Amino acid sequence: MLTFFSSLRLSALGSALPGNVSQGLIWGVMALGVFITFKLLDFADLTVDGSMATGGCVTVMLILAGTNPILTMLAAFGAGIAAGLATGLLNTKLGIPDILSGILVQLSLYSVNLRILGGKANQAVSVDRYSLLISSRSIGHAIAVCLIIVAVLITLMYWYFGTEQGCAIRATGCNEKMARAQGIHTGRMKVLALALSNGIVALSGGLLAQYQGFADVSMGRGSIVIGLAAVIIGEVLCKSLFRRPVSFSVRMAFIALGGIIYYIVIGVVLWLRMPTNDMKLFSAVIVALFLAIPYLKQKRRPHIRKTAKETEVSRNA
Amino acid sequence: MLEIKHLSKTFATGTINEKKVIRDLSIAFEDGDYVTVIGGNGAGKSTLLNLISGALDPDEGSILLDGKDITHLAEWERAPLLGRVFQDPMMGTAADMLIEENLALAYRRGKKRGLRWGISKLERDDFREMLRILDLGLEDRLGAKVGLLSGGQRQALTLLMATLQQPKLLLLDEHTAALDPKTAARVLALSDQIIKENNLTAVMVTHNMKDAIAHGNRIIMMNEGQIILDMTGEEKKSLTVEQLLQKFSALSGEVFANDAALLA
Repeated sequence: MLTFFSSLRLSALGSALPGNVSQGLIWGVMALGVFITFKLLDFADLTVDGSMATGGCVTVMLILAGTNPILTMLAAFGAGIAAGLATGLLNTKLGIPDILSGILVQLSLYSVNLRILGGKANQAVSVDRYSLLISSRSIGHAIAVCLIIVAVLITLMYWYFGTEQGCAIRATGCNEKMARAQGIHTGRMKVLALALSNGIVALSGGLLAQYQGFADVSMGRGSIVIGLAAVIIGEVLCKSLFRRPVSFSVRMAFIALGGIIYYIVIGVVLWLRMPTNDMKLFSAVIVALFLAIPYLKQKRRPHIRKTAKETEVSRNA
Repeated sequence: MLEIKHLSKTFATGTINEKKVIRDLSIAFEDGDYVTVIGGNGAGKSTLLNLISGALDPDEGSILLDGKDITHLAEWERAPLLGRVFQDPMMGTAADMLIEENLALAYRRGKKRGLRWGISKLERDDFREMLRILDLGLEDRLGAKVGLLSGGQRQALTLLMATLQQPKLLLLDEHTAALDPKTAARVLALSDQIIKENNLTAVMVTHNMKDAIAHGNRIIMMNEGQIILDMTGEEKKSLTVEQLLQKFSALSGEVFANDAALLA
């Protein structure tokens, strides 16, 4: 045991830190997309595993074709919007349940992504030959660029969800019946939110592909879990730090921070020499734990309002 | 004016649980009518309101509001014409949103929701004034989440939201049933006040016969998906609970099956 710990070098952990931060920021962008569906719309959207990869594939192929990296990011965003539209329409126009419509689009995107990559499972873009927006070769630069992107994104989202349309989306997610009673076309709001969310997720896929220097057809696998982990870590941290309602922008900043913390934790776990193959299992367990905690807490403490409601029900019965 | 013509609705059609909830029901509500609806459990009171609001689609018949056929309009499409308050106080408001955001949402009922900011300074001042009239201490809590309010406060807020854009018809679906007696009386009084001040046409479902007699200018009684009694004016004013119960057994051949109504 002692020999195990003495074999670990703190300097190795420290040198991995900047890489964890930059990767965490890229996933923080992704988490902001997940935040829209999971928290604001109350829609468990599994499309993201596919649209993340779509964003990466579109980005890499366009860069290989000589497109400006910034334009490719817009294209990735657009591709993600298309994916979200598909999920939203399956759900609202064809009545396919939330999770299933996401899974159907996710599955179909695998074929789409293979086609985008020209039939190959992956395609590389070398930072030596193309001027990429970010690269893991220069981590400091990547962190700076990602920070700017996160800041712009949070500003735009703060504005959008404060507008009449954004408020209508939030009302749809909070109480659909009330939203309809107030004349909100809830189906349209769901489609809008899903499109926006997947656009942002695809954008982060485009960033990730440039950062790692390639796009892989399965690069999005399990990304919903990482996105959720970032959202949950961010929200728990924000709540325990402030212990009062905070501004919407602060809440979103903490979600981006959640992505960074997630990757630092992963970095520490890897430093402790946990086999890389077990990482997905580890991630899933962490997310399951964090999702379970509020539920278990509530179950243990009899809630006053809940008790009152139960009395009411038994009286009416 | 609301005209309902030969309306029918059956649940679980073709199964062993098939239930005809509304049977060939026709009625017209005049402008300014304040109709209370009573009836036993399963009489079809709430279903009737849900058909009017579009939460349910009828099997047959038509619904006309001011001459406009709204029978098959989507719930959100006819929402501009209707104000609604539900039985469950949680149902009419968005708990995770602020009081002022809820009001701003209701203020935009029937208007285009674009990319302008969701609430203006002017509206905020208006809302504060309106909440002051409710006299529930909400005027200083515009920035509080609705989830923090009591059931009575939420129903009062829902009532305000339902009438912020003048509706052609206000639908109150047992909106005081989940409140304690004192709060229920308060919300009822407030409903009367808002209906009177805005000269609204309103339909109130209640299981409390005393309330049904004391409020509104017209009373209808439902049984097995049909209207079996319709009274207005002096005749309605002089009703007693005993008379209503007698009429019910005489008209339906049954004993009134609603404990809450008998105990009230």
